[in-house]
Amino acid sequence: MPNITMTINGRDMSAEVENRTLLSSALRETLNLTGTHVGCDTSQCGACVVHVNGKPVKSCTMFAVEAAGATVDTIEGQAHSDGSLTVLQQAFQDHHGLQCGFCTPGMIMSAAALLKENPTPSEAEIRDYLEGNICRCTGYQGIVNAILAASGQTAAIAAE
Amino acid sequence: MADGGIGAATKRREDVRFLTGRGQYTDDYTPAGTTYAVFARSQVAHGTIKSIDTSAAEAMPGVLAVLTGEDFVEVGGNPAGWLINNRNGTPMKEPKRPVLAHGKVRHVGDAFAAVIAETAEQAMDAAEAIDADIEEHDAVIDMKAAVADAGTRVHDELTDNVCFDWGWIEDNRQATDEAIKAAPHVTTLELVNNRLVPNALEPRCSIGEYNPGTGDYKLTTTSQNPHLTRLLISAFVLGIPENKLTVHAPDVGGGFGSKIYHYGEEALVLAAAKKLGRPVKWTASRSEAFLTDAHGRDHVTKIELATETDGTFIAFRTETYANVGAYLSNFSTATPTFLHGTLMAGNYTVPNVYVNVKAVFTNTAPVDAYRGAGRPEATYSLERVIDKCARELGMDPIAIRRKNFVKPDQYPFTSAAGLEYDSGNYDALVDGLEGLADIKGFEARRAESESRGMLRGLGINTYIEACGIAPSNLVGVLGSRVGLYDAATVRVNATGNISVMVGAHSHGQGHETAFPQVVADLLGVDPESVEIVHGDTSKIPFGMGTYGSRSLAVCGSAVYRATEKIIKKATLIAAHMMESDAEQVDFEDGVFSVRGTNKTVGFGDVALKAYIPHDFPLEEIEPGLEETAFYDPANFTYPSGAYACEVEVDPDTGKVTICSMVAVDDFGTVVNPMIVTGQVQGGLAQGIGQALLENAVYDENGQLNSGSLMDYAMPRADDLPNLVVDHSHMTRCTHNPLGVKGCGEAGAIGSPPTVVNAVIDALSRAGHDVAHIDMPVSPARVWEAMNK
Amino acid sequence: MHNFDFVRPSTLAEATAAMQAEGAQALGGGQTLMPVMKQRLAAPDTLVSLAGIAEMIGVCEKDGALVIGGATTHAQVASDAASMYPALAALAGMIGDPAVRSRGTVGGSLANNDPAACYPAGALGSGATITTNTREISSDNFSTGMFDTALEEGEIITSVAFPIPEKASYQKFEQPASRFALVGVYVAKFADGVRVAVTGASEGGVFRWSAAEAALSGNFSAEAIEGLSPEASGMITDLHGSGAYRAHLIGILTKRAVAAAH
Repeated sequence: MPNITMTINGRDMSAEVENRTLLSSALRETLNLTGTHVGCDTSQCGACVVHVNGKPVKSCTMFAVEAAGATVDTIEGQAHSDGSLTVLQQAFQDHHGLQCGFCTPGMIMSAAALLKENPTPSEAEIRDYLEGNICRCTGYQGIVNAILAASGQTAAIAAE
Repeated sequence: MADGGIGAATKRREDVRFLTGRGQYTDDYTPAGTTYAVFARSQVAHGTIKSIDTSAAEAMPGVLAVLTGEDFVEVGGNPAGWLINNRNGTPMKEPKRPVLAHGKVRHVGDAFAAVIAETAEQAMDAAEAIDADIEEHDAVIDMKAAVADAGTRVHDELTDNVCFDWGWIEDNRQATDEAIKAAPHVTTLELVNNRLVPNALEPRCSIGEYNPGTGDYKLTTTSQNPHLTRLLISAFVLGIPENKLTVHAPDVGGGFGSKIYHYGEEALVLAAAKKLGRPVKWTASRSEAFLTDAHGRDHVTKIELATETDGTFIAFRTETYANVGAYLSNFSTATPTFLHGTLMAGNYTVPNVYVNVKAVFTNTAPVDAYRGAGRPEATYSLERVIDKCARELGMDPIAIRRKNFVKPDQYPFTSAAGLEYDSGNYDALVDGLEGLADIKGFEARRAESESRGMLRGLGINTYIEACGIAPSNLVGVLGSRVGLYDAATVRVNATGNISVMVGAHSHGQGHETAFPQVVADLLGVDPESVEIVHGDTSKIPFGMGTYGSRSLAVCGSAVYRATEKIIKKATLIAAHMMESDAEQVDFEDGVFSVRGTNKTVGFGDVALKAYIPHDFPLEEIEPGLEETAFYDPANFTYPSGAYACEVEVDPDTGKVTICSMVAVDDFGTVVNPMIVTGQVQGGLAQGIGQALLENAVYDENGQLNSGSLMDYAMPRADDLPNLVVDHSHMTRCTHNPLGVKGCGEAGAIGSPPTVVNAVIDALSRAGHDVAHIDMPVSPARVWEAMNK
Repeated sequence: MHNFDFVRPSTLAEATAAMQAEGAQALGGGQTLMPVMKQRLAAPDTLVSLAGIAEMIGVCEKDGALVIGGATTHAQVASDAASMYPALAALAGMIGDPAVRSRGTVGGSLANNDPAACYPAGALGSGATITTNTREISSDNFSTGMFDTALEEGEIITSVAFPIPEKASYQKFEQPASRFALVGVYVAKFADGVRVAVTGASEGGVFRWSAAEAALSGNFSAEAIEGLSPEASGMITDLHGSGAYRAHLIGILTKRAVAAAH
């Protein structure tokens, strides 16, 4: 079986995988990074979004061998090194942007990618960017509000 | 009251683990030596199993065992939790629901074999190699055809496909018929409450473990109610004694009803774990979830509303066909009956109600309670026909509802459908709605839409639901085979911090934050010192779990009662410490004091004393500070609400865009307003999803056409508007100690008719003669209605 | 899914050689292929990843055409082509979602030829030329039906040249679940005429709506096609809409594309 090395959350990590092993499976099962979730098998739900070389990807729709040599960032690497939450994570807590928590890792990774591309997105841009992340719990209101808050746009937040 | 007690919008403590990827969901748990189960599932909707040859599969690499229905013939069936009687008094039909299909397969996805292998991929390879000879039969799909023709039966041993033919209230039937016959105006509407797939984002997952040294079993599973699952496995299916079976539901990624029920996969992984002496894990794919999770809704209804010419309601009469699918899921018989028929008087003083429900077996996945469970179906039927009636009578949709509301001075009010509403103020909710939704400003907004070529409509809706299910004595009379109380243990540790073991299960509802607010409020302690333990039958006393908006109303009340017991005992200890009579001791803000003196002792000191009872009068006071309460409510709770929605319809494409959605609800006391707002918003999204997007469609052969997220449209962020929520117009529930009513399902109950009413309003204002469009109100359906 | 051999060539020549293996399948971004493999509906023996072939990645303008390397992602096209050919860049930005656009490629999309995909409309509407490792194929001859193209076994799309029109627009009416096109219409106005390509609607896959092209070539305005829509026969009928509805949408979206073209 191929042995691949990736730089995951800043650390070089190796994993023995089959060619057919999905990146999501390698993260969850081989490397025990279970924060990345799998909610569907058609690349729709977005619970598995991670960053590969800085770009958001659905880790269930990429083979682990394709990520050999890549930089991979997952939810486990988002918080500050002292364990404190990032501005974005804190905004999700402050604005009730999560309920069951299952979509949350993918939601955070997509939102982080959005803010990197567009530091002050409008509400419509946020909703559009999250097209590939399904949340069944929140109705997205808390998520949208959290991203507005994390980008410093508290005035744009709908009444809570 | 302590800071952060009842009423505080405390941020959720559970969020930190979820935000950092440290949640522990079932599939995140892989004990050493885990093996993997994969199911062989029927690809036809209806067939006779002629033979299953597993030899090739057994010979494949990594395969440890292949099990079929034959291995479970001695094992019990997964039972229906609610016995419904027919109108003639005879009991419903209850075919056996086996762990694995035996004899026949009855829906696409029905599992007839399972492979356990060293890896999931090996198990999947082997499952493909199982050679099953299944003789296909015609599929029973259309409910009315299934009732009319008993020739093709889902269950051969039954005489027909009708599970039951139920009347509510049967004694009201004749009076209702006569009232309708004599009425000056009757509005009739035929509608479909579309079938939904719950699609909690976490697919189901179960891990069975067995310790041959002790005979102990452990099931880790995605459940909303681990004790109920344990009870069903122990008492009905595998017969494992309850004290040898632990069921643990750790973090669960949403349920919405679909994870209430016990499923065959849970029994299988336990049985296989014993057989192999190794842990056995099964994780559903989303495709499997579509085929095998209990679906929701799926009613076909004809409703009639008889009125005076001034809009005074005289009678509601409905005839409903309710799909129960191929097998009876645990609450499938309660959902279309007592969670539906009993609500068919709505918020109204209507004197006559009669409901007939025919539950029908079909070759489709089982149908059971999904967020709202019966009450959305009732509300949709009522509020759509009321809207149609208002239009026919030329009345304002708000005015016709106000005219018929139960008024605040009428409580307790016994509805014509037999429930006793304890409190409410529907006019106040509508008053609040008119302001918050700026109903007066609608015409200006409509004109602005028109200037852009868009058709704008306003939809109004009110609802009442029965929640906090429920009083055991009442549900027992109605056919429930279980009690519906809940339980909590409050354990004050020696150092003063507190563990609370609750029977409710939190899978998004924020119990870990809200329940401590209740305890802290009563004890005057810091909520941060209170920790909730839930989901593990080995740690908590008992519980009936989380569904029916019951966690706070029922389990929260158990927490309240157990905390009261703590105060009572702590008062004894405090009195002893202050050398006083307990009757002379007051407790406020965490401090015990002797009335008329300056003697005080803090709660923390009392807790420590409870565990260092050197000088206790042991005849009067036991050491320790731990109390358990079981709470069984006196009645359902009755949340209610008034909703408004504005839509724009694109006349060129039929596409509906929701411009605004406003929900004004009465949930009684609100413990954590942030969490309540989130619950309503989530419910609204699911209701809007039902109204505009979601539809589980089987073709005539029983293939699920919308069997993946590629065809089953889940609401996304860009499908939804800002969701405006107000729960300030509260009337307390009169019979539970917190005065709470429950908020989890409201949004999903109130919103579908609101949206459809708005679409019909938009089309009507534009001159289209469209009385109704079935959900989901897709662009194609709207366009077809406009161009018929 | 079934296991397979995996090769990741760094040159087109290596990829061409690898594609000679029995059961070899090119892997672009995998955004369509992988879900199909998960369902075990495809089981290639060898996957030949095209992601490491630098010569197949990139966007440039050449001889009045936008030339996109076959392994270029939708995200890159959406950003890098925006100034050269805005309508096509906008089309790329409507495919899937941001994470899908990070991986999916133009070559993968065209080779798969999903009847509801966006790129087939962009290519046919632009009159693109598809270059493979062996030949050039006109977009007019490329699609041969649903999920079927003129590509031969082992053939790899190396680049696609989209002639840049005077103005163009892609109007996509989304299927609400998949977010593919329920109907998508690409209108491009060239000096010598108008091309109208339709995706999502026909049982035969992407097609040119010649009646609209004729009407618009004389008068490029929405009024020129007022009331015009193609025959409903041969249009897809499914859960999300009938053939008649799709035919109606084609007329509406074409008018909107004409009005929006820039």
